[in-house]
Amino acid sequence: MTYKVTEDGNVNTVFLNGEIDMDVTESAKEVILPLIEAGKEVHLNLKDVSYMDSSGISILIESHQLALEKGNKVIVKEVSKSVLKVIMMAKLEQILNLE
Amino acid sequence: MNIEESKDFIVSTGSLKEVRIFSREVFEKLKLEQDLKDELVLAIAEAAQNIVKHGYKDVENTTDKMQIKISMKDSELEIGFYDKGKAVVPENVQHRKLDDIKPGGLGTFFIKQIMDAAVFKKDEKGWVNHLVLTKKII
Repeated sequence: MTYKVTEDGNVNTVFLNGEIDMDVTESAKEVILPLIEAGKEVHLNLKDVSYMDSSGISILIESHQLALEKGNKVIVKEVSKSVLKVIMMAKLEQILNLE
Repeated sequence: MNIEESKDFIVSTGSLKEVRIFSREVFEKLKLEQDLKDELVLAIAEAAQNIVKHGYKDVENTTDKMQIKISMKDSELEIGFYDKGKAVVPENVQHRKLDDIKPGGLGTFFIKQIMDAAVFKKDEKGWVNHLVLTKKII
C-alpha cells in the first residue's frame, strides 16, 4: 500500500493505493487517524485500492467513528468496484459517507 | 476441471499477500468468473488472517507455517487450512452482529457469506487446527 495526502483548507484527502490488508492496517491508521484527531475533514479516496479485507473495513469504521466523536466527518470517495462489494457485504453503505 | 494444489506459508501478516497471489493463480487455472474469484480470495485471506490474528495471538516472529490446500472435484470446491496455533474451539468462532458497528469481527462473517460451509475437522497429520471451507461451483 502506498498513499498520498493533499490539503485544501480544512479538508485533507488521503489517496490510498494498492491492497489493504492486516499487514498495512497500522500504517494506514497512522496516516488517517492523526488528521481526524487534528480536527480535519478527511476524504479517503479509494480509486486505486484494488483489494480490501475486513482489516481495511475496520479502518473505515474506526475513522468514521472517530470523526463523529470529533464532530466531524470522513467521506469515502471514488470507491473501486471490488472494494464497494466488500463494503456492501458488511452492510456499511448506509453508515459510511460514500461519494 | 479437477485440481488440487497446496502451499505452505509462514504464519505472518506479511504472508497474506502471498496467500492471495497463490489463491488467484489457482482460481485462474479454474477459469472462474472474476466476481467469484474475488469473493473466494477474500474468504481465503480472511481465514488465513484469523490464523495469524487469533491462532498466533501474542506470538511474535514465529517460524511456524500454515498450509492452504485448494481442491476442486466435480464442481465442489474445498479449501483446507492447517495450522499449529492455539486450538480453536469452534463454538467460540462467531462474528459480531452487523448492526453493532465497530471495528473488527467481520472476517468470519465474510467467510460465512461467501462459502457454503466452514467446518473445523479433526486432523490426523499433526496439525492443531484443520478448517475446511466448501462451496459448490455452479
